[in-house]
Amino acid sequence: MRPVTRDPVRVSADHRGGMPARVYQRSRRNSSRDPAPSRLSFRLQRLWLTPMVRVLTRVGLPVLVVGAALAIWLGDAGRRDAVIAQYNAIKEKIEHRPEFMISLLKIDGAGPEVARAVRAMLPMTLPASSFDINLDAYRDTIRKLDAVADVSLVIRPGGTLEAKITQRVPVVLWRTPRGLEMLDDTGHRVATLITREARPSLPLIVGQGADQAVPQALRLIADAGPLLPRLRGLERVGERRWDLVLDHDQRIMLPDADPLGALDRILALNTAEGLLERDFTVIDFRNKDRPTIRLSADALAAFRQAQSDSLKARASQ
Amino acid sequence: MTDLYESQRAMRNMRKAAMQRGVIALLDIGTSKIACLVLRFDSPNGTDGEGSLAGHAAARVIGAATTRSRGVRFGEIDAMVETERAIRTAVQAAQKMANTRVDHVIACFSGAEPRSYGLDGAIELQGDQVTEADVGRVLASCEMPPIGHGREVLHAQPVNFALDHRSGLADPRGQSGSRLAVDMHLLTVDDAAVQNLIYCVRRCDLELAGIASSAYVSGISSLVEDEQELGAACVDMGGGATGVSIFMKKHLIYGDAVRLGGDHVTRDIAAGLQVPMAVAERIKTFHGGVHATGMDDREMIELGGNSGDWEKDRRQISRAELIGIMRPRVEEILEDVRAILDAAGFEHLPSQQIVLTGGASQIPGLDGLAARILGQNVRLGRPMRVQGLPQAATGAGFSSVVGLALFAAHPQDEWWDFELPIESLGGKSIRRAIRWFRDNW
Repeated sequence: MRPVTRDPVRVSADHRGGMPARVYQRSRRNSSRDPAPSRLSFRLQRLWLTPMVRVLTRVGLPVLVVGAALAIWLGDAGRRDAVIAQYNAIKEKIEHRPEFMISLLKIDGAGPEVARAVRAMLPMTLPASSFDINLDAYRDTIRKLDAVADVSLVIRPGGTLEAKITQRVPVVLWRTPRGLEMLDDTGHRVATLITREARPSLPLIVGQGADQAVPQALRLIADAGPLLPRLRGLERVGERRWDLVLDHDQRIMLPDADPLGALDRILALNTAEGLLERDFTVIDFRNKDRPTIRLSADALAAFRQAQSDSLKARASQ
Repeated sequence: MTDLYESQRAMRNMRKAAMQRGVIALLDIGTSKIACLVLRFDSPNGTDGEGSLAGHAAARVIGAATTRSRGVRFGEIDAMVETERAIRTAVQAAQKMANTRVDHVIACFSGAEPRSYGLDGAIELQGDQVTEADVGRVLASCEMPPIGHGREVLHAQPVNFALDHRSGLADPRGQSGSRLAVDMHLLTVDDAAVQNLIYCVRRCDLELAGIASSAYVSGISSLVEDEQELGAACVDMGGGATGVSIFMKKHLIYGDAVRLGGDHVTRDIAAGLQVPMAVAERIKTFHGGVHATGMDDREMIELGGNSGDWEKDRRQISRAELIGIMRPRVEEILEDVRAILDAAGFEHLPSQQIVLTGGASQIPGLDGLAARILGQNVRLGRPMRVQGLPQAATGAGFSSVVGLALFAAHPQDEWWDFELPIESLGGKSIRRAIRWFRDNW
C-alpha cells in the first residue's frame, strides 16, 4: 500500500513526554513503491515483444532514418558538388603518390626514328600518374605505326614505362607512282624511301597489287639464283602474275599458276641450252604447254638470214 | 447451460489458436502470490499422440515469474484493479524472460466454493459401434443436477464409460455394444468469481484460453501416476484457501476447498504477537512449526518493531510460543480437510494416500500432524518436473501452476469437447427459421 504521507521525517512525541523530537525513519518509499507496470508500459512492452515490430524498429527504422538524413543532406546541389569534389581530390592525391608515378619511358628494340615517334605518341607529358595512362589505347596507337610489328607495354616498379617494340624488317622495295616503299615479308609497308640507292641490297617489285603477293615474289627471288645478277626487278601484271625483268630490256613472263615451277623449267632450259644468253626480248611462259620466245629485231633478222642461207645452200646442192 | 457450453467451446478454440501460435501463458491467481509461466509448444499439435505423457515432451517452459498477489482473498478476486496490476507484473516479467509476446492465458484459482457432482447417463446405441456422436449424446443425456443460481460449471469430465455389462472403459469409441452409459464428474464454482476473473484477464489485453480449478491442477502435478490411478487425495494448502481433490483412475472424482490457508496462520501470528503482517509472515517462514520440543523453549526469536518504544521493539518470544499460535489454526485447516474427505467418502477408496502440497505445506512437521488427523498415508508432494522449469519454481507452492502446464499440454476430455446432438443444440432455432420461411414466402 502507498503510505498516506510520503515525507520520511516524522514528528513523534518523546516517550518521556517531553518535546516532540524529529525522528528520522528509514525511507519507506522504496519498499512501498508499486512494482506493477502501468497499463501503458505493459502495452508498450507487449508491442515491443511482437516480432514484426521488433524487426521493423531494429532494422527498418535505422535504415529509414539514415536514408532520410542522407537524402535531405544530399538534396542540396552545392553539398553534392562538394562531396564529389572532395572525392575527386582524395582520388587525385592517392593517384599522384610517388609510388604510382611514371617518370621514364624506356623503349627497347626500336630504331631512333621509331623511338622518336613512340615518344611523340605518348598521350601525356612525363612524369604522370600510372592511373592516367590507358595502356591499351597507347599500345594500339603504337601498333598503328607501319614500322612496328608488335609492342608490349609494362609499368616497372620505380616508375618506368617499358615499351618492348618488335620492328618490321624491310625485305623488298615497291616502286609505285607515288614513290618507293619498303615492305616486310608479309607485304606490309615499313617506310618510304627517297632513293633506290639508299637500300641497294633489297630487290625491287613494281606494279599494282604487288604488295599483296610479296611472299610469292620473295620465293621467286630466292629461286632465281643464277638470274640474280641480271634481275632488275619483278613486275606484277594485272594483279595476278609476275614478270621477271632482266637487264637489256629482257623479260620473262611467268604464269599466274605455279610460277615457281615455270621458273625452275626456265632455269633448267638455261642450264641445258643457254636460253638466257640468247638475244630475245621476251620469254613467254604464261602457257606452260606452249612457251614462246620473242626475239629482238637484230636476232630476228639474223635468224631470217640464217634460214634463207640454209635454204639457199640446200637449193644449190 | 448452452451459454456455458458455448463459452467453454470458445475457450477451447482459443486454446487451439494458442497451440497454433506455439506460446501460451499459465496464470495461477493465488491469495499470496501470482505465478506466471510461459509455455512453448515446439510442434503445433504437440498434444496429439497416445498415452498420458504424450503432450509433455513437446511443451517447454521458457518464462517464469512470481509476484506478491494483491487484491485476492480466499482465492477470489476482491479488488479488481489491484489484482489486474499484480497480473500485469507477473505477465510482464514472464514475457520479458521468455522474450516473446503472449496473448493467450490459461488461469486457475482456488476459491469460489467449488462443489462436486456425480452424474450418470445412458443411451441405446443406434448403430453397432460407438461413434463420437454417440459419446456426445450420452454426455448430453446426463441429468443436470440443481447446481443452484449463480453457479457455473468449471469442469465436466466423463470419468467412466460402461458398454452393456462392461464398465471401466476409458474410451468406448469404436467398440460394439448396444447400451452406452457414462459417469460424469461436474465441478461447479461461483459464477461471479469466474466472471471477475475473465474480466480481470481481459483488462490486461490477454485472451482467456481456459480456466481450471487449482485443486484439480495441483493434483495433476503433485500426484504420481500410481496415486492418480489407484486413488489419492491432494490437499493444496494455499494462502487463502485449501483445495482438496480426489483422483481415481486418473480422473478427478471429487473437488472441494476449505476457505482457510496460510494467510490465516500469518494473521493469527500478527494478532497474537502484535506485529505487522510482513513481520509475521517472515517469522512464520523462518521459525514456524507445529511440533514443540524442549529445544524450542530456548530458541528465542526477535520480534522487532518500528514503534520507537524500547520495550516493544525489543520483545522476544520463544519458538514454542510461536508454535502454540500456529498449531491450532493448522489443526483447524486439517480438520476441515478431514471433514471434506469424510463427506466425499474417501475411506471407501482402495488407496488412502494423501498428498500435501501448496505453499503452506512447507511448515516443518506438518506431515506428522497431518498423519494424526488425516490418516497414516500422508506425504509431502512437490510438483512434477516440467522441461525448462526454473529451479525457483519447483517448490511445493508452484504445484498448481506446474499442474496447469501439464493440463495445457495434455488436457483431459471435457464434456464440451464433444459435439452436442442436434436436437438439444439447435432444434429451437431451426424451428424458428422454418416459421420465418413460412411467414415470409
